[in-house]
Amino acid sequence: MNHDEPVSNYVFPKWVNKLPLYALSGAGLLLCLIVFVFWYWFSPKNLEVGYAPVQPIPYSHKLHVSELGIDCRYCHTQVENSSHSNIPSTDTCMNCHSQIKTQSPDILKLKDSYVNNKPIQWVKVHNLPDYVYFNHSRHVTAGISCYSCHGRVDQMERVHQVKPLSMSWCLECHRAPENHLRPREFVTKLDWKADNQLEVGRQIKEAYKIRPGEDCSTCHR
Amino acid sequence: MSALVVGNDDPSKRTPLVLGGHDFKSVSDIICRPVEAKAPQWWMIAFGVAVSGLCLLIAMLSKLVWSGIGVWGLNNPVMWGWDLVGFVFWVGIGHAGTLISAILFLFRQKWRTSINRFAEAMTIFAVMSAGIYIVFHVGRVWVAYFLFPIPNSMGIWPNFRSPLVWDVFAVSTYFTISLLFWFVGLIPDLATIRDRATTKTRKIWYGIFSVGWRGANRHWMNYERAYLILAALSTPLVLSVHSIVSFDFAVSQVPGWHTTIFPPYFVAGAIFSGFAMVVTLMVAARELFNMKDFMTMHHLETMNKIILATGTMVGYAYGMEFFMAWFSGNTFEQYAFINRAFGPYYWAYWTMVSCNVISPQLFWFKKIRRSIPMMFIISIFVNIGMWFERFVITVTSLHRDFLPSSWFYYSPTWVEVCQFIGSFGLFLTFFLLFLKFLPIIAISEVKGVMPAANPHQPGEEH
Repeated sequence: MNHDEPVSNYVFPKWVNKLPLYALSGAGLLLCLIVFVFWYWFSPKNLEVGYAPVQPIPYSHKLHVSELGIDCRYCHTQVENSSHSNIPSTDTCMNCHSQIKTQSPDILKLKDSYVNNKPIQWVKVHNLPDYVYFNHSRHVTAGISCYSCHGRVDQMERVHQVKPLSMSWCLECHRAPENHLRPREFVTKLDWKADNQLEVGRQIKEAYKIRPGEDCSTCHR
Repeated sequence: MSALVVGNDDPSKRTPLVLGGHDFKSVSDIICRPVEAKAPQWWMIAFGVAVSGLCLLIAMLSKLVWSGIGVWGLNNPVMWGWDLVGFVFWVGIGHAGTLISAILFLFRQKWRTSINRFAEAMTIFAVMSAGIYIVFHVGRVWVAYFLFPIPNSMGIWPNFRSPLVWDVFAVSTYFTISLLFWFVGLIPDLATIRDRATTKTRKIWYGIFSVGWRGANRHWMNYERAYLILAALSTPLVLSVHSIVSFDFAVSQVPGWHTTIFPPYFVAGAIFSGFAMVVTLMVAARELFNMKDFMTMHHLETMNKIILATGTMVGYAYGMEFFMAWFSGNTFEQYAFINRAFGPYYWAYWTMVSCNVISPQLFWFKKIRRSIPMMFIISIFVNIGMWFERFVITVTSLHRDFLPSSWFYYSPTWVEVCQFIGSFGLFLTFFLLFLKFLPIIAISEVKGVMPAANPHQPGEEH
């Protein structure tokens, strides 16, 4: 290139004058879009709620709980005493199914598990991160119903997640437990509803001396 | 030429800020030359070395992220080591830029004009190096956004009572303002390069960044106003940023950290180290780019005077810490300081004292103040000393916990050492790019302090 020859001063087309305006408004829109994407799509409400994995045996809570009237604790025996609410072993199922519908193909799977001493590989639905120490007995004996976290399982053909199980969702209740507390005896009555939840909740909070922790170490030990 | 300066001990006359009888054109020519000429060989070699350093930094950070923070030598109770030392070191260096560009501007110290661009660039790159430390010392860098109060599904916020959060705001504000200040100051000069451009690429790129500057009266009016506002905004930051960095230590309960003298002491130290870094880089740059007429001995001498003043303040603070430890009657405090000087890390303490307290005192002698090799060596000593100061404060205060069973002798792993070397790579990579692609002296401002810009004749009554 000949260096003596000056380059024209007019290297930019005229629309460039408007570029800062476009760039600024574009950046503003992009920012709004990013916020929206994170707020909507990346929230646990969107990512977690509705998870309904197919189970090895299509066990229906609706049939067993609503129609046959079995209590949650008949199968989830440890929920009141242990941090972990257990999935029943095949033995529990065989209490009835050694007699009932023994020839159904699904029950044959159950029998196979029972005879060969091989557990059914149920798929876990409500999954908390490993660094969260959730204690079922602590909550159930304090008057928090199964319903508050798991929803109307008694109406589900296949269990699905209804709550986001996010930390802010946990804290919502830890900060105002009266919105969810109920008498202990109704904890497994999923259709129970107080006439005035706030009042009942406050009375129970008083009676059971409920003071939910909000320190990090309450849940992260 | 030198007679002009050395002979100028007459206090009634100002030392000229530009030597060599330049006119406006030759000033533009000299300052724009590095941008317009092909990169010299020393630059290519230095850039290669700097980029290798940057790659080393990237490798070390990848190792850190991949393996976790255990690759550093930190353990209870020394949970801060070279990471915080490196952070404070770089943030401190960053203080010279704002001081020169903002405070000296407001005080109408015209000698700042030929070094402010340089110092501001150094500030920005130093704060970037510091920022790398801040972001990566959290360990799980993918959750570094926890540092900011962003609404999230955990329903948690940073603890606003913690100085660590103030630090995030202080440093990010500082970086933003410094960058804006630097850029605004660059606009007229970028336009100069654009107008002189002989290639289309240069015309386009410098055209983009000079954002349509035509040098109109209205442009200058807005520019002056924006520059003044930014100077006023950055002035408190010179004092606040390092005060807040010192709160990271001073707000805690650890003997050796929990001291009210920390904020002024840290600010003095920051300016001390920043000016030393400017001198180190300037001595090299004026030689390599042949800009001795603009970065004159007078400039260097003035810088050295500030190094002497702040170095003395730092030395006073060291002494005062010991006095307060004795005066407080608190045995833990006394132990912390005796242990600092005579405990297992005595070597770090005495390195710090000899570099920071003794070496700048040599600047009382005018000969040394005006000697290029001496000021180069002393400025490097000051930087070493200031690094050791942060090491002494961070590590010696932590390694003796309240429980003697947890006492610990911390030494860095090779990852920490290489990461620190790599942070210099990051700094120098950007700095060399700056030297090559931007006018390293504020052309328009230097022209403003030349006699040609002032219609008065020498000796004439104003």
